[in-house]
Amino acid sequence: MATVTLVEPQSAPAQPRLNYLTEKTGLMSWLFTTDHKRIGLLYVVSITFFFFFGGFFALLMRLHLLLPQGWLFGHETYNKLFTMHGIIMVWFFLIPSIPNTLGNFVLPMMIGAKDLAFPKLNLLSWYIFMLGGMTTLYALVRGGVDTGWTFYTPFSTSYSTSFVITAAVGILIAGFSSILTGLNFIATVHRMRAPGLTWFRLPIFIWSTYATSLILVLATPVLAITLAMIGIERIFQVGIFDPALGGDPVLFQHMFWFYSHPAVYIMVLPAMAVVSEIIPTFSRKPIFGYKAVAFSSMAIAILGFLVWGHHMFVAGESAYAAMTFSFLSYMVAIPSAIKVFNWTATMYRGSVQLDTPMLYAIGFVALFTIGGMTGLFLAALGIDVHVTDTYFVIAHFHYIMVGGTVMAFLGGVHYWWPKISGKMYPEFLAKLSALTVFLGFNLTFFPQFILGYMGMPRRYAAYPPEFQVLNVLSTAGASILGVGYVVPLIYLIWAWKYGEPATDNPWRTTGLEWKTPSPPPKHNFEQTPVVTWKAYDFEAQKEELHLG
Amino acid sequence: MISCLALLFQGSVTHEYNLFFWAMVALCSIVGTGIAAFLIYCAWHYRRRSENELPSQLARNIPAEVTWIALPTLLFITMFAYGVKIYFDLERPPDNSEDVYVVAKQWMWKTQHLGGQREIDTLHVPVGRAIRLNMISQDVIHSFFVPAFRIKQDVLPRRYTSIWFKATVPGTYHLFCAEYCGTEHSQMIGWIYAMDPKDYQTWLQQGAAEGSLASTGEKLFHQFGCGNCHHFSGHGRGPNLRGLYKRPVQLTSGETVIADETYIRESILQARAKIVQGFQPIMPIFQGQLSEEQVAALIAYIKAIGPAPGGEMPSGPGEEMGDYGGITPDLSHPTAPATAEPKPGVR
Repeated sequence: MATVTLVEPQSAPAQPRLNYLTEKTGLMSWLFTTDHKRIGLLYVVSITFFFFFGGFFALLMRLHLLLPQGWLFGHETYNKLFTMHGIIMVWFFLIPSIPNTLGNFVLPMMIGAKDLAFPKLNLLSWYIFMLGGMTTLYALVRGGVDTGWTFYTPFSTSYSTSFVITAAVGILIAGFSSILTGLNFIATVHRMRAPGLTWFRLPIFIWSTYATSLILVLATPVLAITLAMIGIERIFQVGIFDPALGGDPVLFQHMFWFYSHPAVYIMVLPAMAVVSEIIPTFSRKPIFGYKAVAFSSMAIAILGFLVWGHHMFVAGESAYAAMTFSFLSYMVAIPSAIKVFNWTATMYRGSVQLDTPMLYAIGFVALFTIGGMTGLFLAALGIDVHVTDTYFVIAHFHYIMVGGTVMAFLGGVHYWWPKISGKMYPEFLAKLSALTVFLGFNLTFFPQFILGYMGMPRRYAAYPPEFQVLNVLSTAGASILGVGYVVPLIYLIWAWKYGEPATDNPWRTTGLEWKTPSPPPKHNFEQTPVVTWKAYDFEAQKEELHLG
Repeated sequence: MISCLALLFQGSVTHEYNLFFWAMVALCSIVGTGIAAFLIYCAWHYRRRSENELPSQLARNIPAEVTWIALPTLLFITMFAYGVKIYFDLERPPDNSEDVYVVAKQWMWKTQHLGGQREIDTLHVPVGRAIRLNMISQDVIHSFFVPAFRIKQDVLPRRYTSIWFKATVPGTYHLFCAEYCGTEHSQMIGWIYAMDPKDYQTWLQQGAAEGSLASTGEKLFHQFGCGNCHHFSGHGRGPNLRGLYKRPVQLTSGETVIADETYIRESILQARAKIVQGFQPIMPIFQGQLSEEQVAALIAYIKAIGPAPGGEMPSGPGEEMGDYGGITPDLSHPTAPATAEPKPGVR
């Protein structure tokens, strides 16, 4: 039995116990909060806004592509739509999605801490994020950007007449928010763990978030440098990327992907983190091969820095560079494969309960596997030549980013919803929409693999008629997917007010965040917990959890 | 779906590509189905049967873990190796391949045959003949993509890139721009006409009003007075250009570069960027005075001049040739391009 003294769970008071939501009220109490839980919620609201904004653009694009010649927009508008969709989704939804919302909320609780190491820095990071977001939205309102989210030179520096610099400044600003959050998490994990919570007792969520933070801190500055170089080139006419000034446009791609490939892992490692919590809970078993899973997070973070060149196999890099990057890309696939096998093995001989979070987690494993395996196609040099820059790539990374990250995000939101809000969400409706998301997603993106193989290039505002059938299927899927995203938004808001009150530990699981009331008090724990067990140790806690 | 099948087996690498691609599809489907089946099996077979159930806490099995690390690793290395093989095949054009010059601009493909035929948004090629594309962009980055042949290569400003293909079945195939290049990116579409060699000859004869590409280059060579310094007998103020293509060139900086299309282009437009050992930086800058098409013609001309001192080149019928140091290049390309084409020294 764990020797831990915790808040007495049976205090059913006549006068409701104060928690982080009720302890102070009013707008100012939110805008000036330094409580990691409240900041997490500020992020939830912000990124939900950006998600539906970016998603709306995607829906418009899909509707436009119902007809081969396109019917809703001119080509320039279409180009701006996919650019803004990419920019918003990547920098203002995916990158902050899990770390800044769920990570902010549960990371300190998972390690038995009162807050993050630097609570004020945490709030500052949200303000910086919002400033970046608003700057980018300003670029959009002024007329948008038409360079694609990748900003390839010399198009972005010398040919595009859209609001490139404004958008780039917005992204640059948001980058500092990423760096601050990463620093904060790293310091917190190193310095704030509860007594007895050694590194190998940490939940996998912490390992993965830690790995993510390392990437945030090390990769984001390169993006800032790249954007600054574009500014220097435009203002001082120093030839860096612009061939007319003697620069090398391909250099931009190297620098961009040196950030943006690790950024892919910024997006997916936290998703793996969430799934690594959900699957053990709903299988009532420790995660299979704990150390392999923990180390593979670190391996992904490190190897992820060495594979950027695989975005450039047809961009004119040398054949030997391409070969090296191809090999390293296969190497980074190994830790991902390890994780998939270990999640699956966790369910083996478990006690599996298919509640909504688990449905999302299983959906994540399935879609991430497809996304990962199509990544093997793209890492193979000869195959990549044909399918790169086609819808095959679009499908591949949406399987990772949407099938993976968004599924895990939704799974995590449902999983920790009782802790966050103190209320249960409506289970049946939630399961139904999880299923809708899964089906809608596959119908949207699976046809795009075939489109890519057939040769339909990405970023086409109009396309030859032979691609129409699959495009119509994809648009149909997108509509279903849209419904699957809106329904949870509605019932979660409803449940916030009218949901059944949640118990402290509704899933009867082991993490420290469940050993505090739902919703938690301001400082998370009334007394600092002392940890004597390993992560996911149901055996050690079986009396406390009334198991067996 | 029909057109998807129709794409099969139409270029030289297409067959091998499809084999590899579908082998990967088969393998991944088997593994993926296996994982999915196992997930469903676990979700059903090990479903929670009572509220307080505490299952086996089994959480490690070293042999199993080693297996599922080692097996994928081996498979990955195999995939890697085969991917490299196909890629290197695409990188290395056969020796007898025919050059075509491609200039990309927003939003148009301009192609030039050695015979002087010029096309816009189309390219006629004979089946069974390897075609090597020398491509350059006038503005932003584009990408030359022919799905049926499984080839794609970005087209860069200021630097030649190349790729080759060999059509095997006569037909009309899509040419797409695959790198986003601005507003009308999706309209930068063309067609590759793969023709029976006889039809191709007929087509060629209709087109070359201005003479071969190299003869156009020769005219430019005279017009801009290049021959004043670049003597073909040597001893000029500029380096001898005979047999320059693909030759290593010693620079004053101490570097050695291979004289490929990009180097020759740069030396024409921005001569002072790289100075050949033993020469003075006296050549004027032609940047802005020559279009990419004209540069391509000059490159074709330089490539067509004899490969080695004293090398006998067959002279073309009916063409008026300047005699540079005893070398008479054959610039009458339309009917027999390969005979006049110097074999690339390296390949």
